[in-house]
Amino acid sequence: MEIYISQFIGGLSVAMLLFLVASGLSLIFGVANIFNFAHGSFYLLGSYIAYQTISLFPNFWIGLITATIGAGLIGAILEFIFLKRLYGRVNEGPFQILLTYSFILILDDAVKFIWGPEYKTIVKPDILEGSFVIGSIFIPKYNVFIIIVGIAIALLAWYVLNKTKAGMIVRASSLDRTMVGLLGVNVSMVMTAVFGIATALGGLAGAMAAPLRTVTPGAGIEVIIDSLIVVVLGGLGNFWGALLGALIIGEVNAFGILWIPQWASLLSFAIMIIVLIFKPQGLFSKSR
Amino acid sequence: MDTVLVAEGLNTFYGKSHILFDVSLKVNRQETLCLMGRNGAGKSTTFKTLVAVLKPRSGKILFNGIDITKKKPYEVARLGLSLVPEDRRIFPTLTVKENLLMGASTHRKGIWNLDMVFEFFPVLKDYQSRLGGNLSGGEQQMLTIARTLMGNPEVILLDEPSEGLSPVMVSTLKDLIIRLKSVGSTIILSEQNVKFAQSVSDRVVIIDKGSICYESDIETFKKNEEIKKAYLAV
Repeated sequence: MEIYISQFIGGLSVAMLLFLVASGLSLIFGVANIFNFAHGSFYLLGSYIAYQTISLFPNFWIGLITATIGAGLIGAILEFIFLKRLYGRVNEGPFQILLTYSFILILDDAVKFIWGPEYKTIVKPDILEGSFVIGSIFIPKYNVFIIIVGIAIALLAWYVLNKTKAGMIVRASSLDRTMVGLLGVNVSMVMTAVFGIATALGGLAGAMAAPLRTVTPGAGIEVIIDSLIVVVLGGLGNFWGALLGALIIGEVNAFGILWIPQWASLLSFAIMIIVLIFKPQGLFSKSR
Repeated sequence: MDTVLVAEGLNTFYGKSHILFDVSLKVNRQETLCLMGRNGAGKSTTFKTLVAVLKPRSGKILFNGIDITKKKPYEVARLGLSLVPEDRRIFPTLTVKENLLMGASTHRKGIWNLDMVFEFFPVLKDYQSRLGGNLSGGEQQMLTIARTLMGNPEVILLDEPSEGLSPVMVSTLKDLIIRLKSVGSTIILSEQNVKFAQSVSDRVVIIDKGSICYESDIETFKKNEEIKKAYLAV
């Protein structure tokens, strides 16, 4: 029994990291209609920015904050300079894929160039070392921290999207960008802001994952594949679908490793295929 | 008379096809101008060009003396020139109230706010927490006009507002336009419905195959059966 509970908690913390990346991916798709292949690279950038900051100022929290802001800023700048030029063009889709794919190559190589190909590590802050012990169950404090941050971000996102003026503009923009512009909203600025917020979430996930997974230049690709499965499961463009998809994939992986370790890495693909057969639009259709 | 909007020699293209040919227009403050023409004559293209959704390849648009030809749609809206598009384009998964609040994004001050809109359109007050997509076609038409009014435009472009409405809704729309005139709005409307146009307009401009081919005050137009036969489906 104990093992199940600790696997469940472990799965939940992985799910929350995935949710942070996948919700940003979904948000960008829902609002700007862009499939950002490079989303995993912002997760990667988050890890390295956190690593760099912490090696200059040995404080985990400052690292977390700079990683979030840094990844968001770089995302906003890339959208502003490059992606903006593609909106409304003929063959927008293929151009988006080419452009965001080239972002992956450039960002991943930039990371190798700046920080080298070897593994880096980030140490957990003292306060999050160790575990909570309940009877014979050990729950790592760091996992609990990740889960709390994930839930907090989900609640904050719900509040902002549904209860604020900015959220209303984002929801309207996801429905009809031209009309939103005709009503006097600077849609182009909305797109940049959404891109920045989404990539900031990716950066936060990368920084939070760093103490668990070590920091390597290939992390971006791994996470984009998992995030892709998550958004396909949940319904591309649906913020809450990303949460459900992340929970499913996080837990399936956690228990897959426990029960059928040799097949575990295939399980998430198998689930995606099953969902695509029976619900090709994902578990939620596109709406918020 | 005081001119609020001037378009000079607009040439607009969709890709390679030339749609508007040297379209020029003058709109006087507080008048209701009706742009008439058959389907595909260029009415919507003219409107989209005026509010900068489409960029003309040549020509110039002046609004209150300001050159708006190169501005973005949101900048044009903030200056006070707003389009109510023909396909309504309400936000279906936003509530009626949220749809209206989106209209206030121009940050312009004026007589229009939620209270005023609800007084003008009582049905929208009753349905304010419903989703826009759940309204009937006529109610959506009211909502899309009300939403644009929330931005306090100085000039409102109504693109075929009577299209697809029941006779009852058309008469409601007529009353609405007359009330808008009474509060001093400048209205440019595009229409195919001659009877409707004659009941609300001060002046008529006819566009055919992308060119302006007729222009007169409403009384002259009413008597001119030949021009109606030649350019309009009557």
